Amino acid sequence: MLNATGIDKRYGAVTVLEGVNLHLRAGEVHALMGQNGAGKSTLIKILTGVVVPDAGTLALDGAPIVPSSPLASQKLGISTVYQEVNLCPNLTVAENIFAGRFPRRGWAGLKAIDGPRMVRETRALLARLHLDIDPTQTLGTLPVAVQQLVAIARALSVQAKVLILDEPTSSLDDSEVESLFTVLRGLRAEGLAILFVTHFLDQVYAISDRITVLRNGRFVGEWQPADLPAQALVAAMVGRDVALASAATADADAPQPNALGEGSTTRLSLRGFGAERRLHPLDLDLHPGEVVGVAGLLGSGRTELARLMFGLDAADSGTLQVQGKTVRFTHPAQAVRLGLGFCPEERKADGIVGELSVRENIVLALQARAGLWPCIRPARQRELAQHYIELLGIRAADSDMPIALLSGGNQQKALLARWLATAPSVLILDEPTRGVDVAAKQELMNEVMRLAREGMSVLFISSEFDEVLRISDRIVVMRDRRKVGELARGCSESEVMSLICEPA
Amino acid sequence: MNAKDTPIAALSTAPQRGPSAAPPPDALWRRTVRHPLVWPLVTLALILAVNASLNPGLWHLQWRDGHLYGSLIDIVNRAAPLAIVALGLTLVIATRGIDISVGAVVAIAGAVAALMMGDEMKIVDGQAVHLSHVPVAVAVLGALAAAGLCGAWNGLLVARAGLQPIIATLIMMLAGRGAAQLLTGGQILSIQYVPYFAIGNGFLIGLPVAALIALAVWGGMTLMLERSALGLFIRAIGINPRAARVAGVRSRTITICVYAFCGLCAGIAGVIVSSNVKSADGNNAGLLMELDAILAVTIGGTLLSGGRFTLAGTVIGALIIQTLTSTIYAIGVPPEINLVVKAVVVFAVMLLQSSEFRRQLRALAFRPAPGAPR
Repeated sequence: MLNATGIDKRYGAVTVLEGVNLHLRAGEVHALMGQNGAGKSTLIKILTGVVVPDAGTLALDGAPIVPSSPLASQKLGISTVYQEVNLCPNLTVAENIFAGRFPRRGWAGLKAIDGPRMVRETRALLARLHLDIDPTQTLGTLPVAVQQLVAIARALSVQAKVLILDEPTSSLDDSEVESLFTVLRGLRAEGLAILFVTHFLDQVYAISDRITVLRNGRFVGEWQPADLPAQALVAAMVGRDVALASAATADADAPQPNALGEGSTTRLSLRGFGAERRLHPLDLDLHPGEVVGVAGLLGSGRTELARLMFGLDAADSGTLQVQGKTVRFTHPAQAVRLGLGFCPEERKADGIVGELSVRENIVLALQARAGLWPCIRPARQRELAQHYIELLGIRAADSDMPIALLSGGNQQKALLARWLATAPSVLILDEPTRGVDVAAKQELMNEVMRLAREGMSVLFISSEFDEVLRISDRIVVMRDRRKVGELARGCSESEVMSLICEPA
Repeated sequence: MNAKDTPIAALSTAPQRGPSAAPPPDALWRRTVRHPLVWPLVTLALILAVNASLNPGLWHLQWRDGHLYGSLIDIVNRAAPLAIVALGLTLVIATRGIDISVGAVVAIAGAVAALMMGDEMKIVDGQAVHLSHVPVAVAVLGALAAAGLCGAWNGLLVARAGLQPIIATLIMMLAGRGAAQLLTGGQILSIQYVPYFAIGNGFLIGLPVAALIALAVWGGMTLMLERSALGLFIRAIGINPRAARVAGVRSRTITICVYAFCGLCAGIAGVIVSSNVKSADGNNAGLLMELDAILAVTIGGTLLSGGRFTLAGTVIGALIIQTLTSTIYAIGVPPEINLVVKAVVVFAVMLLQSSEFRRQLRALAFRPAPGAPR
């Protein structure tokens, strides 16, 4: 259906893609795999006409095409849903789906937007996705997962032959992923060619009919899932054998169950800590050298907990004690001064400062804590940045390049570096592994464990329960904005699940 | 890293293209052309050249009575208030804000200074001598305090009340103009106290005091931005305020301070202007100056969308505007089409500075062969 052959792309001196092939077939779900920075996003941008390749050809149904803009490729029947939802939160669902091509009615000169028709057609489109929401609702009021489905509905509303999904599942929970897959299977049966980019191996095997792997901008190969077991797939992606950390192997290098335990000083403790309509009051203690996992689904209150602890939102009940002293944060700067660090869930909106360099992003929190004076000298800044670039394996040409040019996983590592530079005693990580590839995920987790061994307290929030289970000394389970239980290290995923699913 | 990467380079917004060990001449040329200050400088040179061709005396400087005289000095002197206002505005714009009240604040500062000094006259030895209620320093400080308060109020509205900067400062633009008119009673208050005139008309070590004040403001700001982390914080706030807050940057405090400083700069300009014309005019002092200042900031290469700013560019921008104004007067453009001519030149300058436009020009001039790499 859609063939890309011998695609090359360079940005300045950096070769991003070299001789890459991709063959999408009608009625197939094709998984595109690769680490962060492997060139997946660039390849997608080429398919959708956002960037023009330096060499190579694209052909749709056998006829060569040169998509020069996203609109042109959309007209050819190539529709894309990007990783970050790029719809307008202030418009309604229906307006988002029809933005730019509203159905019109009326006489020649006076063409009003046909509102009722738009709503009707939106409802039909959403029904195709088994999504039952009001088309006149404002998009921003809906959960991210639903927004993602609306984005897919928008992509389908043009007569698409090829549907490209760039990490569509990274903000979805399991049941939502399953309903998305049901939709995809339906579309596949209708004869669409679907390109699916993800970091979740199990999802690849659950849905895809074919797998293409990229590594460092090169084409590694194309396989059918049956011929490529997970182990081999990871090896193809990283170019070496990475032992997929099973629970058993991870346990070996995990910190021993904390010897300090109960009697030791608590570093941070919450008592009846909560906020109206955000978080039901809860108790929580963090000890030195301890990783506390927070498991819960989207909307379970885990992000709210982190934001309240860090002073981003104001708590209105209970107390927060740091090193035994009761404090009340009204601004994150106060939390930073007391040695807290926070990697937010929404990396792009709350984390990186896109046009600043990697170096400036890394020193930002340290400098903010120091205030205006003394200014960290540029030489020292470069040294710090270089240190963390090496320590965390951040792939950046040099520390002066804008952070926005890094891939998602490397941005995440740079954010981690930002907080590590402040040597925090408490580090809150909200979904630190989202959108990060397998190898980098493992590196991030290893780093977190190492930090805990050195005495840092870590609050690790993730919707991937296996990660939480692997890394945590204790697990706090949340549901419906309240803490529903606490589990000790070594509990099983089903125990977590049963706590989450237990009727209130 | 080469010598260019001293703190100034780190602060300025020049896109840095990594370490470059002894670039070949071609690369050096490219880097020069890409330097953000090149186009403003080219523009300034062009306008000066046009002025010089019509007014051969432009380059003529002479030393008379221990002062430096000449058209160039005159331009620099007249550009000083605009440059000071634009410098303060640069920081506001860098935080993704705007301040359109600076013109009104200029009028307030002049009126406050004039009122504090009063208009008292005494006959000494048969000659009329004008006195002041307060020393010049106190009058100036009073004027600056009033202006700084106006700026801080703007900052509070933006950072605390969450108003859109253009709305918050629009309020001050109207209220401030009204307050200035109230203070002057709708009249032009003439200032008679001679020592005050030194600010706008005096000379120090042969150079006009106003220009020296502008230089001092520029130097002080550069030093401040270089020695402290203010530049980093302002850029972080301008690019992504939410992320800056999460990283622990005191964005509200910094925003309020930046607006207050912008007001203070407008106050300094107001004192200079009132001293220069020896009167405080609530109706016309600083009228439309905010637009000239925004223009100067933009021509200098600061992005209106925030995050990227250059003080040197702003100073060049202010010089461009003043040279343009002087040129228009010098060549005797009739006053009624004055603004139109200015608009046309500004339009041309903006086109020249648009890299998009330059690329289109280049594409017209040299058509690449189809399929050639871009």
